[in-house]
Amino acid sequence: MLRLIKDTLISQVVTLWRVFVHAFAKTDTVEYPDVQPQMAARWRGRIILSRDPDGEERCVACNLCAVACPVDCIALQKTEDEEGRWYPEFFRINFSRCIMCGFCEEACPTNAIQLTPDFEMAEYVRQDMVWEKEDLLINGTGKYHDYNFYRVAGKKIRGKDKGEALNEAPPVNVRSLLP
Amino acid sequence: MRFEVGSALSIGAILFTVIIVAAMLIWVERRLLGLWQERLGPNRVGPFGLLQVVADMIKIFTKEDWVPPFADKFSFILAPPIIMVVILMSFSVIPFAPGVGVIDSDIGVLFVLAMASLGAYSVMLGGLASNNKYALLGSLRAAAQMVSYEVFMGISLLGVVALTGSFNLREIVLAQSDGWYVVPQFVGFVIFLIAGVAESHRLPFDIPEAEQEIVAGYHTEYSGMKFGMFFVGEYLGVLLISSLLVVLFCGGWLGPAFLPPIVWFALKTAFFIAFFILLRAAIPRPRYDQLMNYGWLFLLPLSLLNLLLTGAFILWQGGM
Repeated sequence: MLRLIKDTLISQVVTLWRVFVHAFAKTDTVEYPDVQPQMAARWRGRIILSRDPDGEERCVACNLCAVACPVDCIALQKTEDEEGRWYPEFFRINFSRCIMCGFCEEACPTNAIQLTPDFEMAEYVRQDMVWEKEDLLINGTGKYHDYNFYRVAGKKIRGKDKGEALNEAPPVNVRSLLP
Repeated sequence: MRFEVGSALSIGAILFTVIIVAAMLIWVERRLLGLWQERLGPNRVGPFGLLQVVADMIKIFTKEDWVPPFADKFSFILAPPIIMVVILMSFSVIPFAPGVGVIDSDIGVLFVLAMASLGAYSVMLGGLASNNKYALLGSLRAAAQMVSYEVFMGISLLGVVALTGSFNLREIVLAQSDGWYVVPQFVGFVIFLIAGVAESHRLPFDIPEAEQEIVAGYHTEYSGMKFGMFFVGEYLGVLLISSLLVVLFCGGWLGPAFLPPIVWFALKTAFFIAFFILLRAAIPRPRYDQLMNYGWLFLLPLSLLNLLLTGAFILWQGGM
C-alpha cells in the first residue's frame, strides 16, 4: 500500500514540482528576426569563391568540388587565360539543392571554395537560388589570407617558370650525367 | 435592470466571460507550457501574443467545414455543439460571487454531475458518427473513461455535501466561511481533482484523443469550427472543473476583504487552471488498462472510504 502511494502520488508530486521549477529558468528561445543569433565562425552556410592575396581568382576549375558534391549542385567549365592560368569559364551553384555539407570546401586544393556563416538565403523565385560565378566571387581571401596557389605550385605560367615557385628546386636535367 | 442572480445582465455577462476566458485559455496554455519548457510560446500577435486567439479563430472559421461522405451526417453535426451546450449549462449553477450567477438551484451539485454525464454523449456520438476506426476507438475509450470516472467523481463530492447538508452550491460556499473543505475533505479534493482531469479528458488522462496511438481519437474526422467546438469545449471543461474545485473545496468567493469576492473567485480558478496546465506539462499519459485499474481498484474504494469516514464523523459529532 505504501509502495502504491509512493508510486502513484509522491513521484507525481515530485514530477510536478520539478517541472514547475523550470518556470524560473532562462528560456532557450532566440527571437531570431529581432535578435540576430551568434553564428560560429566555422558555420557551414552560404558558399563563396575567394581570391588570392593578389586579387586573382583562386579557383583553378579542377572539378574536385563538383565531384565531391553529394547532391551534384555544382557545375563549372574549365578554361585557360593567355598567362596559362586555369580558371572556370562559368561556375554555378544551385542553392536549392545544396545541403551545406562542406565537402566541396574539404575537396578544394586551392582554398577557393569556402563556406561562410551567412544562412539568410531565402528567395521568392526558385530560379534565384541558382548563383553564378559573379554572385559567388568575393573580393577577399576568405579564411586563408596568405595562400596563393600559383606561388607554391609547380604549374608554369607567364612570369613564373618551372622551379621558380616557393620552396621549389629548379628542375633537374635527368639526361645529364654531371653531378 | 439590476445585477442579481438570474437577471439578464448577469446571464449575459457570465456567458460572455466564460466563452472568452475559455478561448483565451488556448493562449494561456501555450504560454504556460512554453514557460515550463523553457520556451516562449506564442508572443507575436498583439501584446504578449494576446491576439493569438483572434488569429486562431480566423483560421478555424475560414477552414473548410468538411463532413466526410461516409459519416452519419446528422449525428456528426449534432455532436460538437452538445459538449459546448452541456458545459455552458453547468456554469448556470456555479455561484461566482454573492449576487452573480444564473440560477440558485437547490440541486446544483446533481445538475453539474448530470450535465457532465451528458457530455459523454458528445464524444460518443462524434466518434460513432465519424465511421472511422480511430474515432470509434477514441469514443469507446472516452465512454468507458467518463462513465467510470463519473462514479467516484460523484462519491468524492458527497463528503462535502454531507458536511454542508445541502446540494446548493451557494450554501456550500457559505458553509466554508469558517474553514475551507479542502482541509477536512482532502482525500475527496484529490479524488475530485483526478476525476475532473479524466472527465475533461485532459492530459495525463487524454486517452480518448491520444495522438500517438489513435490519431486524434473521437475528433479525427472533424475540421473547421466543428473541431473548434470540441477544442473550446475541452477548455470550457477545464474552466468548469477549476471553478467547481474552487466552489466545493476552496471557499468559492470567500477571502480577505481587500479584494472583491469575484476577484477572489477568479484568482482561485486561475490557480487551478494553471495547475491543470502544469499537469499537462509534467505527467505522461498512463496506459488505458492502468487508467481503468487505477480508477476502479484504487480511487473508487478510497472515495467510498472517505465518504464512510465523513459520515461516521458527522454521526459522532451528533450533527444532522
